Amino acid sequence: MADPKALRDKTCVVGIGETAYTRGTTKSPLQLSMEATMMAINDAGIKPSQIDGVVLPNGHNGGATAGDYAANLGIKDLIYTASFPEMGGAQMVSAMEGAVLALASGICDYVLVPHCSYFYTGARARDMTANPSNALQAAEYIRDYYRPFGVGAPPQHYAWMAQRHMHLYGTTQEQLGAVAVAMRKHAQLHPNAIMRGKPMTMADYMASRWITWPYKLLDCSLETDGAGAFVMTTAERAKDLKQKPVYVSGIASGHPYPPHDIPNRPDILEIGLDHSAPRAYAMAGVKPADIDFAEIYDCFTGQAILQIESAGFCKKGEGGPFCENGNIELGGKLPVNTHGGLLSQAHNTSMNHVIEAVAQLRLGCGERQVKDAELGVVTGWGGHGHGSIAILRR
Amino acid sequence: MTTTTEHNDYQLPVLQGTAKEFYAYCKAHDLRFQRCAKCKTFRHPPRPLCNQCYSFETEWAPVKGTGKVYCWTVAMAPIGKAWVSYMPYAAVVVELDEGPRVATWVTGIPPDQLKVGMPVKVWYDELTPEVTLAKFKPV
Ligand SMILES: [Zn+2]
Repeated sequence: MADPKALRDKTCVVGIGETAYTRGTTKSPLQLSMEATMMAINDAGIKPSQIDGVVLPNGHNGGATAGDYAANLGIKDLIYTASFPEMGGAQMVSAMEGAVLALASGICDYVLVPHCSYFYTGARARDMTANPSNALQAAEYIRDYYRPFGVGAPPQHYAWMAQRHMHLYGTTQEQLGAVAVAMRKHAQLHPNAIMRGKPMTMADYMASRWITWPYKLLDCSLETDGAGAFVMTTAERAKDLKQKPVYVSGIASGHPYPPHDIPNRPDILEIGLDHSAPRAYAMAGVKPADIDFAEIYDCFTGQAILQIESAGFCKKGEGGPFCENGNIELGGKLPVNTHGGLLSQAHNTSMNHVIEAVAQLRLGCGERQVKDAELGVVTGWGGHGHGSIAILRR
Repeated sequence: MTTTTEHNDYQLPVLQGTAKEFYAYCKAHDLRFQRCAKCKTFRHPPRPLCNQCYSFETEWAPVKGTGKVYCWTVAMAPIGKAWVSYMPYAAVVVELDEGPRVATWVTGIPPDQLKVGMPVKVWYDELTPEVTLAKFKPV
């Protein structure tokens, strides 16, 4: 009988790779992805041609196809490909879920998940927002019912949720700011963080310009270029590999209802993660209190707060206070985004969150290491609130 | 009634399918929403199938045009050049008394005086000869 618990710790991440994050690059997305891919494959200690599954989280990866990976890596028999574009920013963890299923079912042996974000050199957020034919805008309901009222950018939809959270629970601007400040602190400890060397105080946060109230510039994630990749295989196969494996203990994807239209949800603060997190914890057989650190999809500060609640780290409505007083900083109750996150390391659509979680569980993070970390969570947030979550164990 | 003249194509709905019908009613100053003709459940934005009784039969049901502020954001960075001259504007979710929620504007009040639950009623902004937008103002 099928039971998701049977997947617990059956598959693992055995290789990670990440290019430098930059604002501007002369390299193509494919070039960057291949560089990260070769780092991940070498890290795993396998031959490139041993890869027989390629999951492209968003389905195109800056123009590259799974076929490009086969051609570049000498994969003569590519067995499994998949992509999860509808998950938006939750695609990275959903891609991991796809890899888990393909590996655990025995369909293939080594799955590569590569991703390049080209958010600085490629289409910038403001260009995507201004162009109604862009995928972010092309949905008919947005085009016909939101855009005529000047609503067409993700921070606006998400600000609706943040405003509602402030109204219902008294969440404050300073609590949103506490998320941004914590991410920036952590970025100071990561050699590959865009905001390293650029510390930020609460006063800096409060002085930053408004984008869409209650979101300021420093509530919004970065626009950066860079690629990352990870390689997965089965726990059995990992025994013979170079790295100590990082096991996928629990993993799940979920959706708000209705998934596409935020205003007409009975509760606009019920997000995909409310559905997926309990499934992932059940699969892993652990509780939120067991988790040592969390890499939360921090596209915007308020969305990080929502996910901290929905991932079970505090009650609904208590996410604001939870993020204050250093609770989510290294040394705090639950270190969040130990790499600086999308807000202060780089926006690699949470590929950087997956890589950081694996690095933490290898205990190789130096001065930003969460002491003796055994269990970490990675979340993804995308579209209008899709939510994925992975519980990783060393 | 106010008529707005500053607009461009990025701001306009595409008048085809159900949007053509929705905006035709708006043009007639008659706010209506798609409703299941069988079980009478409202749905917005329009879609083909009723998720309560699975009927494909629909009707355009009139509403009173009154509702309450549900949530909002205040745009202070433009999402396109059409909106620069309006900033800062509040993009508000209004819950109609009959149930559907719409993205819209609440005009006639500074954004910082909006309140959740504030009662509002519809007015019609004749943006172009073809497109009239249903906006709201405090009651
Ligand atoms: Zn019905």
